[in-house]
Amino acid sequence: MVLIGVALIIIGFALRLNSLVVVTVAGLATGLIAGMPLKEIITQFGEAFTTNRYMSILIVTLPVIGLLERSGLQNQAGHLVSKIKAATAGRILTIYLLIREIGAALGLNSIGGHPQTVRPLIAPMAEGAAETKYGEVPEEEKEEIRAHAAAADNIGLFFGEDIFVAVGAILLMKGFFDQNGIDADPISMALWGIPTAIFVFIVHSIRLYLFDKKLDRKLGKRAKNDPSFSKKDVSK
Amino acid sequence: MIFSVELVYIIMGIIGLCCSIYTFLDKANPRRLLSGLFYFLYSLTLLLGKVIPPFYIGIMVIIMVLIVGLGGLKKGQYGEASAEHREERRKRLGNLLFIPALLIPILTVVGSKLLVNVKLGSLQLLDPANPTLVALGIACIIAIITAMGLTKSTPKTAVKESRRLLEAIGWAVVLPQLLATLGTIFTSAGVGKVVSDVVAKVIPETSLFWVVVVFCLGMAIFTMIMGNAFAAFPVMAAGIAIPLLIKQFGANPNQIAAISMFAGYCGTLMTPMAANFNIVPAALLDLKDKNHVIRVQVPTALFVLAFNIILMYFLIK
Repeated sequence: MVLIGVALIIIGFALRLNSLVVVTVAGLATGLIAGMPLKEIITQFGEAFTTNRYMSILIVTLPVIGLLERSGLQNQAGHLVSKIKAATAGRILTIYLLIREIGAALGLNSIGGHPQTVRPLIAPMAEGAAETKYGEVPEEEKEEIRAHAAAADNIGLFFGEDIFVAVGAILLMKGFFDQNGIDADPISMALWGIPTAIFVFIVHSIRLYLFDKKLDRKLGKRAKNDPSFSKKDVSK
Repeated sequence: MIFSVELVYIIMGIIGLCCSIYTFLDKANPRRLLSGLFYFLYSLTLLLGKVIPPFYIGIMVIIMVLIVGLGGLKKGQYGEASAEHREERRKRLGNLLFIPALLIPILTVVGSKLLVNVKLGSLQLLDPANPTLVALGIACIIAIITAMGLTKSTPKTAVKESRRLLEAIGWAVVLPQLLATLGTIFTSAGVGKVVSDVVAKVIPETSLFWVVVVFCLGMAIFTMIMGNAFAAFPVMAAGIAIPLLIKQFGANPNQIAAISMFAGYCGTLMTPMAANFNIVPAALLDLKDKNHVIRVQVPTALFVLAFNIILMYFLIK
């Protein structure tokens, strides 16, 4: 019966209804089905909402990022990259993936992040590289590049951070095994994450390489066929 | 402590409150009062989360959801700098623009690593509950001051620019918190127990390979439902890893732990329930399809999930 909440979520997301509404309805329904009084459910809503305020930390980065964008930070990031001949969208994101993954493995989780690094720096750099190479890039491909930038941040973070011994996940698992009377060693847990971490990097950098090839196919041809095409000067 | 987590929330709340004033006054927004109310209520929950009783916070959250559900949250006009204007300033400042942007990660790392145990007198400098969060908050304040000095902007401009970004993210800004709330309700309603019972029923206990497959897939799927691998691990480990993999097949718990958490993360990459990783960035990067980031991540997630299953199987075998 309590799985009705899960079903509501799946149906709601599949029908592309507004996620806030779907989540709230699913929460209320699950609580009511489990026999909680409405007042109690709303109190739990408020309590959990307050405890999880840390998830909205991105708000504190907005003034800096907004001000810098107003002064052309994104254009400058693209401009910087346009000077590097070998730069492509895929290569830039591969380098970022590597930095993000190694950084997280060393416990430096906060060197990346979507509001403070991907939006103002990494995504414009990857877009800038594509514009230098192909000239004007259509909106569809630009969105694809930006989505890849966000994905590189997530993938690097997730599969890097568990290599670091003091990270939440490792401590959680150690605590869980301790409770169940099983010997576990955080250092060994972290080390056994390395094979997957390396595999992720290989797979995802191959995908980014193929992404470059796809951009070449789609946009490179147009550049060659169109005699009026001139590489867009990003500094203009 | 001197800098507490609550202080960071207060700063967030103040930023939000200032933004909401501009939303209330934005004549270009056809629903400026409701839109303003949405950001105003949200800012109050950030600012006064500790003071207002949870029941009333809950009511405020439901009002916010109603505003969004009834189409009351609309965008306005932000008086953005024209392209020429931006370009002119960019040429003047050049690479100096990177300084405030880079100050955020650098100061956060330095602060959270070096200042974590620093005391002034008997007071801890950073809140031990979440030093990284506090370090990020302080780093942002230093970066804001640097950015205002560098671009010769007033706090008013900083607020207006924050509002532009905040309204670009829109309702998605609340989603991670609301999903975490749903997770709490799922847990207290016993969803985890039901899922692990279902999984335990389908598991063929004698075949190591299939136990590993069900365990890793279970981690991924449970994570997709809850939006969080941390919620999946205790349930799946208690249901499958300890009784079957470790006790019956003699697996090494360290290997199981490392690989199963990664199997869970593969699920995180594929679910809109992990909104702060998948949905908020889509809003932040102006992607039309809110699931675009997930679409890009799915192939990598599936390859890695398959790899984890094979790796775990051969390590135990």
